[in-house]
Amino acid sequence: MDFSLNDEQLMFRDLFRDFAEKEVAKVAEHTDKSEEPPLAVLRKAAAQGFLGATIPEAYGGAGLDQLTFALLIEELAKHCLSTAVTVAVHTSLSAMTLLEFGTEEQKQKYLPFMASGELGALAITEPEAGSDPGAMQTTASRVEGAYHLDGVKSWVTNGALAKIILVVARTDAQQLGAFIVEKDSPFVAVGYREPTLGLRGLDIRTLYLDEAPVPAENLLGELNAGREVVRRATQRLRLALAAAALGAAEGALALGITFAAERKQFGIQIAHKQALQNYIADCSVDIESLRHLVQYAAWLADTGQDYGRYANMAKYLGARVAKDAANKMLQIHGGYGFSDEYAISRIYRDVRALRVMGGTDEVQRFGIAQDVLGDKGIQITP
Amino acid sequence: MDFTFSPEHIALRRMIREFCEEELRPRAKTLDREGRPDPEVLRLMGEAGFFGVPFSQDYGGMGAGETGYCILMEELNRVCPSTATIIGAHIGIAAMSMYLDGSPAIKQKYLPDICAGKKIAAFGLTEPNAGSDAAGIQLRATLEGDSYFLDGQKMWITNGPLADVIMVLAVTDPALGARGGATVFVVEKEWSGFKPGKPEKKMGLHGSPTSVLNFDEVRVPKDNIVGQTGLGFVTFMKTLDIGRVSLGAATIGGSQAALDASLRWVKHRTQFGRPIANMQSIQFMLADMAAEIEALRSLVYRTAWLVDTGRPFVKEAGICKLLGSETASRCIDRAVQIHGALGLSRDYHLERGWRDARIGEIFEGTNEIQRIVIASELLQEVGVRIRP
Repeated sequence: MDFSLNDEQLMFRDLFRDFAEKEVAKVAEHTDKSEEPPLAVLRKAAAQGFLGATIPEAYGGAGLDQLTFALLIEELAKHCLSTAVTVAVHTSLSAMTLLEFGTEEQKQKYLPFMASGELGALAITEPEAGSDPGAMQTTASRVEGAYHLDGVKSWVTNGALAKIILVVARTDAQQLGAFIVEKDSPFVAVGYREPTLGLRGLDIRTLYLDEAPVPAENLLGELNAGREVVRRATQRLRLALAAAALGAAEGALALGITFAAERKQFGIQIAHKQALQNYIADCSVDIESLRHLVQYAAWLADTGQDYGRYANMAKYLGARVAKDAANKMLQIHGGYGFSDEYAISRIYRDVRALRVMGGTDEVQRFGIAQDVLGDKGIQITP
Repeated sequence: MDFTFSPEHIALRRMIREFCEEELRPRAKTLDREGRPDPEVLRLMGEAGFFGVPFSQDYGGMGAGETGYCILMEELNRVCPSTATIIGAHIGIAAMSMYLDGSPAIKQKYLPDICAGKKIAAFGLTEPNAGSDAAGIQLRATLEGDSYFLDGQKMWITNGPLADVIMVLAVTDPALGARGGATVFVVEKEWSGFKPGKPEKKMGLHGSPTSVLNFDEVRVPKDNIVGQTGLGFVTFMKTLDIGRVSLGAATIGGSQAALDASLRWVKHRTQFGRPIANMQSIQFMLADMAAEIEALRSLVYRTAWLVDTGRPFVKEAGICKLLGSETASRCIDRAVQIHGALGLSRDYHLERGWRDARIGEIFEGTNEIQRIVIASELLQEVGVRIRP
C-alpha cells in the first residue's frame, strides 16, 4: 500500500492548481452571470495541453493517467464546476471513448485535433430516454456507403462548441450503434441553450439530426457496440465527475472557512461557534472519504482493473458530499449565502446537477446494488 | 380535540386559493424572470383584504387570526414564494410589531392603510454587523426636542425598495444597547434622509425585492415610537416569535406544491417501459414527502391555535420554522430529483421553487438561531439559562 502521489503527479497537481487559481478563479463568476462558456480559459487550457491530458502522446496528447487527470478536474472544479465538467465531458466521454473504440485511422484523424483543444461531445440522452438509454428513438439507417442518423438528442454537453460528436443511435429494434459525427454537417442543427439552475457556463444543447449522412467509416467500434460505448464512456465520466464533486466540495469548504473566520457575531468570529464547527468537521470528513474513493477508483483504472463499480460509488458519494458541503457552507454565510454576490450560492446551484447528470442518484444506486447483489448471484433489473 | 377548520377559515382558504390559481399562478414565472413584484397582484390582494388577514376589524383587518394568516401564507407560498414573502414581511413582522405593541393612536394612524394594502410595510432589524446577533445593532436615534434623528443602515430588508412605512429598531441609549436602550420607530419613505438601496441580486425570491435602507439624519417625531422607549428589542423579538408560525405555514405550501408536481410527473414519465411511479426509489421519496408534510401541517396549525387561544407558543413557533424550512428544502429537492434534468431547467417551475426555498433556512433567524431558541426554552424548563 502506498497512498502518496508520485513526483510526477505532484508536479502536475501544482501546475493544475496554479492554472486554476490564476486563470479559472477570476472568470468563474462572469461565466455564471453571462451564462457563456469560458472560451478564453478553454483556449488557455488547450495551450497548456490540458485538453489532451489523457490522450496518448502518439496522438498528440500528454498521456497522463486517470489519477493525474482526476487531479486536473478536481483543481478546475475548486473554482468553476462548469469549466471542470466541460473538460471532463470532452476528455472522458468523447476523446477517450474514441481512443478505446476507434480504428487506427479514426484515432489518427481525430485525436490530435481533440488533443489540441477542439472539443468533443457524446450524445446519448433523448427527451424520452433519460435514465433508460435503451428507450432511445434516434435511428441510424444504412444506405450506400453511409448511415443516415435521424432524431433528437437532448442535454448534450458541449453540444454547440464541439466539432466532433459521438452519437449513439438505434441500428435496429434491439441494437444500438455509435457514430462519429462532424458537426459542420448541414443536417445537424443545434438548439438553444436550455437555461438551467446551475452550471450556466456549460454548453448544454439539444441536437437535431435530420437524416444526417455519416460515412460508413465513421462507425465507432463494431456495428452494434452502442451499449458498450455508453457503458464504458459513462463509467469514465463518473470517475471524472466524482473528481469534480471533490473539487467543488473543497471549494465550498474553503469559502465557508474564510467566511467563518471573517464574520463576527456575538463579539467573536463565528468560527468559534460549535454548531458551525460541526459543519466544518462533517464537511472535512466527507471530503477526505471522497478523495480516497476517487483516487482508489482512478488507481484501479490505471492498473487495468475493473473500476466501474468504484467510479459509480465515487460519483454517487461525490454528488452527495458536494451537495452537503455547499449546503452547510452556504448556511455558515447566513443571508450572504443567498446573495448572488457570494460564490457559495453559485456552487450550491452548480453542484445540484451532479445528482442528475452522468446518472441520477437513483440510477447509480441501482447500478451499485446490481453489482453488489450480482456478487451473490442475485440478478436484478430496473 | 377538534382538528377541523371553522367554516370561516374554510371559506377564506377557498377564496385565497381561487385568487392564487386565477391571478397569481399565471404571473409567478414572470415575476421571477423580471425580478420584480407585479403591482397588479398587489392591488388585487389589497382589494381582497389579504394585507390585513390576521388583524382586528377595528384597524381594517379581516379578523381571521393567526390561523387565517397561516392559511394565507400556505396558499400563497404554494404558488408564488416571492409574493408570499412580500406579504410575510408586510403582515407577519412589520405590521405585527405595531399591532402587538403600538399605541391605539399609532395603530389608528397606520394600520388601516397597511391592512388595505395602500401602504406597504417593512421590518428593519438586520444590519451589516447585526445578523444572528440582532442585539448588535448600531443604527442610532438621537433625541433633539420633540424628534429623534435616525442615523445608520439596515440590511437585507424585505420590501425595502417597496415600502411606504418602515418599522426601524434604533439605539436610543447606547449605554444600555439593545437590551433596554433600543426603540422601534415608524419611518415614512418620503421623509428627508431616508433612502432605500437597489434591490439585491439573490439566488431566489427574485420577485420579492430586498435592499439596504440608509438613514441619514432622518427626523422622526416622538409620536412615531412603537411601544415603549427602550423596549423596542423586546417588541421585535416578540414579533419574530410569532412570525415563525406563519413562516412554517408558508413552507407547507412550498412542500405540498413539490409533492403535487411530482405526483403529476411520475404518472406520465415512462422509463424502462413503465411509468416511473412504479419505481420504489420514487415511491419512497413521495412517501417521505407526504409524511413530513402531514407532520408539519399538524404542527403549524396546532401552533397557530396556541397563538389564537393565548397559550405559550415560543418553543413550538421555533420548531415550526426549523422543521418547516428544512422540510420544504427536502421536498423541493426530491421533486427536482424525480424530474431529472427537467427539474434543473429554468423553462420549468421546479428550479424556481428550489432556489426560493433555501432562504427559509436562513431568514428571520437562521435555523441555528431557531435551535438556540428551542434549546433555550427546553433548558429554561429545567432551570438552565443559556446565551448564544
